[in-house]
Formats: sequence, C-alpha cells, structure tokens
Amino acid sequence: MVVTGAGIITALGCGWKSNAEGFRAGRVAFRSVTLFDVSRQRAKSAAEIDLPGDLPPTLLTAHMARRLDRAGRLLVTAAHECWNQAGWQPDDQLPIVLGTTSGAMSCGENYLLHALSIPKSQKQQPTRVVQYQLHRQGLDLCNAFGFAGPVTVISNACASGGNALGHAFQMIRRGASTKVFAGGYDALCQLTFAGFDSLQALSPTTCRPFDAGRDGLLLGEGAAMLALESLEAAKKRGAEILGEIIGYGAATDIHHLTQPHPNGDAALAAMSAACANAGVTPEQVDYVNAHGTATPQNDATEAAAINRWAGPRAATLPVSSTKASIGHLLGGAGAVEAVVCLMALRGQWLPPEINLERPDPACQFKIVRKPVDVKINIALSNSFGFGGANASLAFRRWS
Amino acid sequence: MVVSQVFVNGLGAVSPAGWGVTALREGLEKCEPIAARDLPRPGWEKPLRFRPVPPLSGRPAFLAHARLRRSSAMAQHTVAAALEALGERTPARVGIIVAMLAGIVTYTRRFYEEVLRDPATASPLIFPETVFNAPASHLAAYLGSTAPSYTLVGDDGMFLQGLGLAAQWLAEGEVESCLVIGGEELDWLVPDALRLFSREAVYGSGAGALYLTRNSEGALAELAAVTDSFSITRARNRLEAALKARSQLPPQSPDELLCDSARNVTRRNAAENAAWQDWTGARLSPKVVLGEAFAASAAWQCIAACDAVARDAFEAANVSVVGASQQAIAARFRKLT
Repeated sequence: MVVTGAGIITALGCGWKSNAEGFRAGRVAFRSVTLFDVSRQRAKSAAEIDLPGDLPPTLLTAHMARRLDRAGRLLVTAAHECWNQAGWQPDDQLPIVLGTTSGAMSCGENYLLHALSIPKSQKQQPTRVVQYQLHRQGLDLCNAFGFAGPVTVISNACASGGNALGHAFQMIRRGASTKVFAGGYDALCQLTFAGFDSLQALSPTTCRPFDAGRDGLLLGEGAAMLALESLEAAKKRGAEILGEIIGYGAATDIHHLTQPHPNGDAALAAMSAACANAGVTPEQVDYVNAHGTATPQNDATEAAAINRWAGPRAATLPVSSTKASIGHLLGGAGAVEAVVCLMALRGQWLPPEINLERPDPACQFKIVRKPVDVKINIALSNSFGFGGANASLAFRRWS
Repeated sequence: MVVSQVFVNGLGAVSPAGWGVTALREGLEKCEPIAARDLPRPGWEKPLRFRPVPPLSGRPAFLAHARLRRSSAMAQHTVAAALEALGERTPARVGIIVAMLAGIVTYTRRFYEEVLRDPATASPLIFPETVFNAPASHLAAYLGSTAPSYTLVGDDGMFLQGLGLAAQWLAEGEVESCLVIGGEELDWLVPDALRLFSREAVYGSGAGALYLTRNSEGALAELAAVTDSFSITRARNRLEAALKARSQLPPQSPDELLCDSARNVTRRNAAENAAWQDWTGARLSPKVVLGEAFAASAAWQCIAACDAVARDAFEAANVSVVGASQQAIAARFRKLT
C-alpha cells in the first residue's frame, strides 16, 4: 500500500515544501489567537493559519466555495495539493475517509449563536445546518474534484486522523478498493479552545512535549490529505511513490474519558499491533513521531508505553512530537503527522523539538532536539485521543 | 458487498415506542404514528414537535456505573440498547461502532452557552461529554473491552456503513464480536434545525443496537449483504444513488419484507419510492411511526427487519436507507439456513 499524493496545510505554511522546511528546522508557529476572544482564557496562544485569500481552482462553484467554513477551506486546500500530486482522475467509486473531531464547528457556532439569540429571521440558518454536518466536507471534496465515492467520517477525538488513515489502509489491504482518498482536518474554534482551557489542558506558556517542565498543550489547526493506493495500481499508472504505509493498530483505553491509564496499556497495544501488522520489530523502527501533546499525563503515559514497547531499543530510539511546532490539530493531527513522517522518510531527516529544555527523566528514549539528517527507513506515528481512542501507523521509505 | 457468515445474535432498542425491542415491535405493529408532543422552543411561543423516549419507571442499574452518572442521554441510550442486544453475554473482545449525525447536542449547547456567558467559568465536566466518541468510550468502559472502537458521523446511512465495517472486522478477526449502535438524542436544537427543511417532520430520539458475531448458534438472522454507500453529490442525485444501492442487493422476491426509510415528508421520499416502485411485497416504514432520528432510525429499520426474520414472518428482509443529506445504502438480512 503506497502513498502517491500528499497535501498539507498547517501554521508552518501551505503545501509540502514550506511544511517540510519548517518541520526540518523545528520552526515554531504559535502566536496570540486572533480568530476569537481569548481574553478570559488561561491560554492565549495557538498555531493559527494565515489562510490563503483564494481557494485553489476546483470544480466547486463560486457559491459552493463561499459556503465553505474555515475547516472546509483547509481541507480543500490540502486535498487540492494531494489530488494534483497523485494525478488521479475522477472516479465514480473513489472512497473518501476523513478524520475530524468537530468538522465545521465554526459554522456550528454561528448556527448556535443565531439560534440562541431568539431570531426573528432564519436567514442563513439552513445553510449553516447543512455545512455544519461532518460529512458535508467529504461531499464538498467529491464536488471539488468531480467524483462521487462513499464518504466515511471517523470521529474518534484526537485519534481520528490516524484512525481514518488506518481504515483506508485496511480497505486497500483487504482489496475493498484499489485507492482511497484519506486524511484529517480541524480548524480552531472558540468552543474547542474554551473546552480544553476549562480542563486546564492548555499551556499558558508554550508547548514543550516530553519536557520535565511541560504545562499543557497548545492548539493548532490544519489539514492533510493522502492519496493511498495499492502498489500494483500505482505501478500500473507509473505514479511517483512518496512512501508506504505498512501497518496500523488501534486499541481502546477504558481508564477514563479524558485521561489515559498511566501504564499506557492501550498505547502499547496500538503500537505493538501496528508493528505486528507491518511485520517489523522495535529494533527496525528508526523514528517515532509521538502523540506528545505536552500535557503532564499524556506524555507520561506515552513515555511509559514507548519505553515498554521499545525495550532495549529505547536507549537509541529517536522520538519527537511535532506538536511542539504546530500545536495539537485534534482530528487533523494523525493525518498531518503522517505526512511529516513521509517527509522525514523521503528527505532523510528528523523533525526536532527546538523548545525542549529539560527532557522528562521518564523518557528512556532520545528526544530529537536539533535538526538532524539521518538514514531512516521505518517510522511510527502515534495518535491518542479522548475516550481512550489509540491509533498507531507504521510507514516505510520507498526505495 | 456480500457478507459471509456474519450473524445477528442480539438486538436492542430505545425508541419513542419505549425501552426494548418488544416495545419497538409493538409500536411498529400498530402502524400508526406515535403521538407527537410539544417541545418549548426558547424565545418562541410556538412549540416544536417531537416524539420523546418515554421515561422509565425506575433508574436503570447500569447508570450506577461511574462513567455513566453524568453522561448524556445519547450515551445512556447507547448503553441501554447495547446491553439489551448482548443479553446475558459478556464478550471479552467486542468491537464497538457507534453511528450518529447530530451527536451530543444537549451538552454541546449547554457548554457553548456557558462559553458565551464567560469562557473562564465554562464547566470542565461538560466539555468531555460533548465529544462525539464519548458514548462509545463509556460503553467500552462499561463492558471492559479494549478492542477497536469507531464513532462514525454522517446521515442515517452511516449505521449501515457501520454494519459493513463490523462484518469486515469479524471476517479479519480484528474483533471476536461487534456491537453496532445508531443513536441520536433530543435537544430543542435538532427539531429546530429539522423544521428549517420541513414543517411536517417530527423528530424522534433514542438508539438501536445489533450484536454481530460469526456464530450462528442461537442467532436471530444472518446479515447477508450490505451494499456500498452511494454518495449524493452534484454528479449523482438522490434517485441515482437509491437505484444503485438497490441494484447491489441480491435479487429480492415479493414474499420478503422491505424496511424503508420513508418519512412523513412526501417530497423526501420520492427517490426511494421511485427506486422501489416495482416492489409489491410487504413494506414497513419505521420513521413514519417513530419520527426522524437519523442513525437511530436506520438502526430501528434493521432491528425491525431482523426481528421479522427471526419470528419467521419472512424468509428475508431488505433495508433501504436514502439518507437525509449524504448517501443511499441498503442491507439484507435472511433466515438462518
């Protein structure tokens, strides 16, 4: 199962090139939130995207394009890059699998705001209802690129993007489809920001995954789409191959709705399953892109899980969390971090955490702190979420 | 896709007809819409119309579980339907797939109202319950299952996509058994939104669950087929999608049952009616009786189909779903051979 197209938009930039440069250098993209009022919140920063003024050219009518909310625009932008890179043609049954936690929540907020204000006029409300539905963005992609495949939206909190890619991977592996358009996305919105702030999960300083002094996550926004297809189909049409997805594992942590079990059993199960699925051992894994949110609990649990999973390999295993650069993209995180892994495998470098000051002694592994060029062949990416959703994906360099 | 060796071993329902599959069956057998009630719409004199889940006389024992004490109605209905489907069984590695459209609306509204008042005092207890996969998470915790769990969000047809996914998980040994649940909860926001598209539509809420295994012993029916999902897009209208879904079903005969997704909103039924215009067999339209409850409605359709087959009323039952805004998809259940 190979990747023949990838599109990405994050606060580091729009497109593969600018993101690869940013992640390779460990650039940090946080700034004061401007999208909504955060004056009453503990945290004031996030990794906001400067959205391009115009959408890339697609088959969406001007009317349809105008209706897209922020999340929809992010998704179409990433999808456009991916679609063009893959060189796919419209296909009547091309499946779309998307991961998101809240889809077009900014549109939903507008709906709620209007409904709660006891309106006399319902103008725009039907449009908001339609656009707010999570599957709407999938249908928008169908309309944007001229196909009509089945749309599946997985909403497994912050593991959604990882689950979506894993589900797509399984569809191809079992022969249900030769190609799948898959990815994840989420945009910043007030409800989610206030939610994480209410839990005191947001950092009032900055995002420092696996740092002994870490004090919370920072939110980001973005989208990534991947064109996944069987090796046979890709070779047949002479497509450029960006990398392989070779394994996927998922497990459920039943400890608590928002807190992982300190032992990291479910994370360990997901990582082990992904590696078993890929037929690789921890010794063969050259890099782990950790979930690494920078909350005290998540990182402690993930560190425990990586230590247990890697065993003796942990001492030399490079690990980093790219949330240090772009924040937590929630439903978009798994897909964006998958593209980061593909970039690293293709470019033979590791994304560093520049802001790390004092590694948590619980981490028996090596945290990548400086830009570094290395030979890597296999990478693992973790995505864990509320509700105990755990997903791990294994990638291999295409050579 | 044609499904092989996947059996329905249990059914569970919470609906405007009451708690349990028996109440659902009795409600549907009356073939008359359950009386709708008024639901106050804040700020307006004219109320909304809805069909609520009737209250239970006592508090169900499962609500004593720590994870469920302050959970949403959606989560509680999900667990109730799942537990009924499981019966006395206590499977170790049960996959969980929950399908929904509107999600955890009440807590989402409440939390957002708090944010609008003052984000600094918004409740950290409410926010986690607003996450789409909270009901699936609570159910997994209640059952003690660490197997994969997916929450699928989309229109009515997403429940049938969930059945197809469960069949694949079972075929590949990903899980030993699988609960597929469709649910929606009541908050005035949902019928308020529904009303923007149809004055006749009446919202209903609740959940429905199918328990699937590879074991035919004691099974109620066999899941024989789930078609692909046919999205409704600019390139494919509702009728084309409905026709494609029907065409993928195995050949049907008039002595079978059709459980369709017809509502009491005539224009919304046109595509499905046209796709099945030559159908002369028995037909059941649960939404007409119970109301529009999206993923829960699709679950009730499947439950009615399985129940009819299990009670020897029909050799097979077909389920057609032409969803609210996304897709057409169909499934087929048949008697055990």
